[in-house]
Amino acid sequence: MIKFLAKGLIRDRSRSLFPLLAIVITVTLVIFGIGFMEGAMNNFLQSTAVISSGHVKVVTKAYEKESNQLPNDLALFETDKIIRTLYNMYPNYFWSPRITFGGLLDVPNENGETKEQAPVFGIGIDFFSEKSRQAEIWELEKYLISGHLLKDRDDALISLKLAEQLNVNIGSAITLISSTMDNAFTTYNFNVVGTFNLNKGQADRQMILVDISGVRQALDMEDAASEIFGYHNSLYYDDEDAVRIRSDFNLTYSDSIEQMLRNEESYNALSYMAGWNKISNAEKRKLPKQRTDALSDNQMYDNIDEWEDLSVEDPAIFSPKMIALRDSSQLASMVDFSNVAMSVMAAIFLVIVMVVLWNMGLMNGLRRYGEFGLRLAIGESKGQVYRSMIIEAVIIGFVGTLLGTILGVSLTYYVQEFGIDYSEAINQMSSEMVLPNVFYAKVTSELYYIGFIPGVLATVLGTMLAGLAIYKREMSQLFKELEA
Amino acid sequence: MKNGLILFFLSSSFLFTQSDQMSADDIMKAMDQNLNAESRIITSKMVVKGRRNNRTIESKNWVVGTELAFTEYLSPPREAGTKMLKIGEKLYTYSPQTDRVIQISGHMLRQSVMGSDMSYNDMMEDRPIEELYSATIEGSTMLDGRDHWIMVLDAKVKGISYPKRRSWVDKEYLLPKKEELYAKSGKLLKTASLEGIKKIEGRWFPSKFVYKDELKRNSKGTEWIIDNIQFNKKIPDSRFSKALLRK
Repeated sequence: MIKFLAKGLIRDRSRSLFPLLAIVITVTLVIFGIGFMEGAMNNFLQSTAVISSGHVKVVTKAYEKESNQLPNDLALFETDKIIRTLYNMYPNYFWSPRITFGGLLDVPNENGETKEQAPVFGIGIDFFSEKSRQAEIWELEKYLISGHLLKDRDDALISLKLAEQLNVNIGSAITLISSTMDNAFTTYNFNVVGTFNLNKGQADRQMILVDISGVRQALDMEDAASEIFGYHNSLYYDDEDAVRIRSDFNLTYSDSIEQMLRNEESYNALSYMAGWNKISNAEKRKLPKQRTDALSDNQMYDNIDEWEDLSVEDPAIFSPKMIALRDSSQLASMVDFSNVAMSVMAAIFLVIVMVVLWNMGLMNGLRRYGEFGLRLAIGESKGQVYRSMIIEAVIIGFVGTLLGTILGVSLTYYVQEFGIDYSEAINQMSSEMVLPNVFYAKVTSELYYIGFIPGVLATVLGTMLAGLAIYKREMSQLFKELEA
Repeated sequence: MKNGLILFFLSSSFLFTQSDQMSADDIMKAMDQNLNAESRIITSKMVVKGRRNNRTIESKNWVVGTELAFTEYLSPPREAGTKMLKIGEKLYTYSPQTDRVIQISGHMLRQSVMGSDMSYNDMMEDRPIEELYSATIEGSTMLDGRDHWIMVLDAKVKGISYPKRRSWVDKEYLLPKKEELYAKSGKLLKTASLEGIKKIEGRWFPSKFVYKDELKRNSKGTEWIIDNIQFNKKIPDSRFSKALLRK
């Protein structure tokens, strides 16, 4: 039966070609549309995650408050220890220290005098450690315009825009003029080994990328870092999971460090008290905690408005705090909006496509009104005609969806690999967000089945609805219709 | 003995009367005489007190008038060998790690020197107070049991870091025991105090300066402790050559 109907479909082009084409085109559009939206959103989040936020990141509370000033004097200490703890607590993530810094880049002439100078925004990344996976997520081979990747502590990659501004070439020595984490003036020589263009709008206009070991030397930040970035091992940003580990870390580890720092400070403050040496060790252990609790209960930590001179500097501002991607760069509303918008857009798209295909099924059924009449007149039962219509719709729907899925996934894969370049539009936008110049689509597992909803379901439903008319037809009317 | 006592009281009452009758300009002139000299050679250490740690930086300075100054940092190891040269309005710094001489200018002059509460501008503005400010005496007050004038200094030249200062000037030492340094807007930028005032080569001079940048949240102030100071010693011109920065 199926073979017979399939032959009919192939031989009668008017019955199969147009519906098949319509299904292929709409399924391709559905798949590519959803794949591109997914990919574009992921590109945007991943660009921000790689450059400025991680999926989650750990900073000191004080650093978070002034982060736009790149305050490395408020950086994290003992980062190796914190990273070990993070790996133990959250093994599904990988962790990497990062130093972001500002300053001036000074290019000397042959006499060592300043030839060119420009402000610079630098990122010290842990490229050399095995576990950090930074070389993988930055994909610098892809963005390298000339030269080679970092090999040495003092190597630097400089953005093409900055290299052109400063007129530096591969092999040039450049001097970073900046401040150490103690706010002392510092200078440090780097060697330019390559130029890059991240294709992310204005984000890399003044950027240099160096290994964190070089920056630590330059800024006197041994075992310190501005931030520790965490990325999910799969490299996909899972908002729910990121929020979960952020809350967990801040409630457990961060709070315990906060308490420890305050107790240490209380111990130091109390040790200046007359008679401190005369009290027992048990009391010495108890009293700092009591002082800390009392200060905390009375909100005396840095609460100058109420306590003025009696207000106490809070050492807890240096305790680590975890921030999820949605918390930084004002991305919370963006993430929420994108999730809702994606679902709504996908739903609308699907509904429209379904209506089109449904309508096509109806039209197809009505167009063959005469044919069905003839088949009924020569003795085929209404049920047989109806079933054959539905089987035809299933065959057309299935084949069309299959072809559409192959075409849609191929197109999505092509755009996933090569992207669509929006450089000119993005470069005209001045935004604090890191926007990619090239948007890539993303082939996800749902793309392999999502096309079957409109492709098969809508076509079959449309046909079923149109086919109901078969049951309303009276045998006595059929010959009159045929005569006409 | 009795004659000696009378002589002491007479001389001290004469001194007291004399200092009490000084005009604001006289006081500024006297402060300049105490603080400035034809030349100075200073060995000092700077204790930078941060919220998380303290750092001590030792240096040696050669200063001639207000135009020439050369500083060599002696410790800690990271800073040792760093040199600075001031020639008039220009400030050069040399660090052995980069083997580069860099001129500090523009906004960099507002940066802190070695992470302290002093900026390069503070170092540069070495000109006599009398040249930069016009002063009025606001009144007198006792500070640490000593009599002081409270003076308000308003800039009479443009472009200096602190257009307004309030100084508590010791009536005997003729040195500002305490100072508040303000921006044009009236915002308090820095406070400074002088401690351990003693007579050195015929002038009163402090052995410790304490600066506090009131805008720096993470600072508890910087102490500049003078270990040794020599006034009016001959310093060769070659000390202030750019070539010496690299040596």
